[in-house]
Amino acid sequence: MSGKTPVLSIKGLHVGIDGNSILHGIDLKIKPGEIHAIMGRNGSGKTTAASTIMGHPDYEVESGSIELNGADLLELEAWERARKGVFLSFQYPQSVPGLQVGHFLRKSVAAIRGDEAAKGAPFRDALKSAMEEVSIPRSFLSRYVNDGFSGGEKKRFEILQLMLLKPKLAILDETDSGLDIDGIRVVSRGINAAIRGSDSGALIITHYSRILEHVKPDYVHVLIKGKIVKSGGPELALELEERGYEWLESDTTEDD
Amino acid sequence: MAMEEAREAVGDYKEGWHDPEHSTIRFDSGLSEEVVRKISKIKNEPEWMTEVRVKAYHHFVNRPMPGFGDREALEGIDFDKVCYYLRSSDATEKDWEDVPEDIRNTFDRLGIPEAEQKWLSGVTAQYESEAVYHSIREDLETQGVIFLDMDSGLREHPELVKKYFCSVVPYQDNKFSALNTAVWSGGSFIYVPKGVSVEMPVQAYFRINAKNMGQFERTLIVADEGSSIHYVEGCTAPTYSTDSLHSAVVELIAHEGAHIRYSTIQNWSANVYNLVTKRGIAHKDATIEWIDGNIGSKLTMKYPAVILKGEGSHAEVISVAYAGKGQHQDAGAKIHHLASNTTSKILSKSISKDGGRGSYRGMVTVSPKAENCKLNVVCDALILDDGSQTDTYPTMEVANPSARCEHEASVSKVSDDQVFYLMSRGHSEEEALAMIVNGFFEPFTRELPMEYAVELNKLMALEMEGSIG
Repeated sequence: MSGKTPVLSIKGLHVGIDGNSILHGIDLKIKPGEIHAIMGRNGSGKTTAASTIMGHPDYEVESGSIELNGADLLELEAWERARKGVFLSFQYPQSVPGLQVGHFLRKSVAAIRGDEAAKGAPFRDALKSAMEEVSIPRSFLSRYVNDGFSGGEKKRFEILQLMLLKPKLAILDETDSGLDIDGIRVVSRGINAAIRGSDSGALIITHYSRILEHVKPDYVHVLIKGKIVKSGGPELALELEERGYEWLESDTTEDD
Repeated sequence: MAMEEAREAVGDYKEGWHDPEHSTIRFDSGLSEEVVRKISKIKNEPEWMTEVRVKAYHHFVNRPMPGFGDREALEGIDFDKVCYYLRSSDATEKDWEDVPEDIRNTFDRLGIPEAEQKWLSGVTAQYESEAVYHSIREDLETQGVIFLDMDSGLREHPELVKKYFCSVVPYQDNKFSALNTAVWSGGSFIYVPKGVSVEMPVQAYFRINAKNMGQFERTLIVADEGSSIHYVEGCTAPTYSTDSLHSAVVELIAHEGAHIRYSTIQNWSANVYNLVTKRGIAHKDATIEWIDGNIGSKLTMKYPAVILKGEGSHAEVISVAYAGKGQHQDAGAKIHHLASNTTSKILSKSISKDGGRGSYRGMVTVSPKAENCKLNVVCDALILDDGSQTDTYPTMEVANPSARCEHEASVSKVSDDQVFYLMSRGHSEEEALAMIVNGFFEPFTRELPMEYAVELNKLMALEMEGSIG
């Protein structure tokens, strides 16, 4: 393979919450420009993986390592990871009443990409085109962060942030859940615009293959009971669509 | 005071510095009829005022402490240790250059002259007991707007002051209104003539500098028919290990169709008792709004009130309170619907943190003859940690069945997931908390002039610093 440092490198990752082990040794490498998908049923550990990479304090890393562009992430708090270039699109984005969307976006761009990126015409132009890309009207800017948003609006707002924050690694946790076909098309357009042709990597977490028809992954991994049991190309997603997860579950040995 | 103790006392309070005390007159601490008469004499007041002061003094002596609020903290006030009058400058100047240098520097540091140039119609700056600076834009003066410090108001417009003084808040109202009436000094006197709209706000700034100081300003605002005015006040004090007392009385009179908005950002240091009586009377179709922010002080007891006396009048009280370590904010609102078709709205928001206590105490009444009144009360509390406390004491006495009453209350805690979400966007835990807190206060902040809103947001960000264990 090429000598490029992977954007994300996870080795032997074991993670637990409240004393219960959830991930039992995950290995994953995402190279610049690659899009990977992790598929699995509810409860297989997908959201745990996403939250752990972002640095949620409730998830305890028992062993293993996570590196971003070759640098250790585990010692860093979530906000420091964000500033290094990790982004998480949440399955359930939190609302912050009274915090205006426009103000929040500007502050977040300043925190992650620096004050210059959050100023003047360059910021306004980037904001305008990103909003058009994910079909968010201007009136959105004076609303409060996720407060009273519909499910679809929340997801589009997550992708708007992805586009403006330009992370090195984008993790998209169930971005397609609760979206109709048009919604999936819109957020996919945003994801492609943010990742394709860049040096960034993306990790798409989903249990349906629908979104993967619009954002073509380079690799698909199947997560069952906290382990990656199978990896393959985009065709694996289609196979899962046809056959479900059962045929892979029977392969899993209960050795933990 | 040991260094550590000093830091403990000052905390993050950025206005906690003080200047060397200088006075042209400083009374010995303690209160007596003689002290009251002396204050009146120094000010060369008409006899009726001296007599009101003396009557109020005796009422104060005999009146028990309020039976509500933080009684334990109230008992901690030592009235004998308070200095009731301190004059630092012999004149109220119209030019900052003429204000004694130390005092001018104080107000420079607080940014008052700068704000005046940018966005205010008039400014009065009070230092200890007396106004040291005062000015009003010429065009307002030619329209007949009176904006003076209260002492000058009494000298120059005795008939107006006599007519309205104690007409909204009689000295017998409570122990602290009696105390204020006895020893009042400074404050603002405003009269807006019929039909005049004062577009830009006028501001008063109150600064306590000396130790154990008592500040007792008295403010009277009369808005004549169809006029409007926005009055803004700010307050700060140095941090000392001994207590100071701030006990103001504010009276507002909004005549037919007039509009008075009174905005306060109280940011006293944590050694100040802040016990204030604020009340307005709204005549036919008039509007009175109290926009009341309480960030500092040791104990605040303040319930801005509106008497809706005229048909179709409207009252609004929007208040926020922040209770940090060792602080108790007992704040709320009182509204009395005496006439038909009157409407009122109360929005109260409090945040408690580091063991602080925020209380909402509200009273809304509708008299039997008042038809078709509308009342809306919303109080929200946000608790930032386990040791902090919030209480709500809402009272509604509705004696007319045609009234439409709405009351909502909520208590919430900052959730870990909310903080994590903001942290994932590059904001430290402290920044995330400040965003949540400022968002919670936003319905209040958006009512303030922009300069104040920015200042308040910065203040809250400062309060969130160093708060993460």
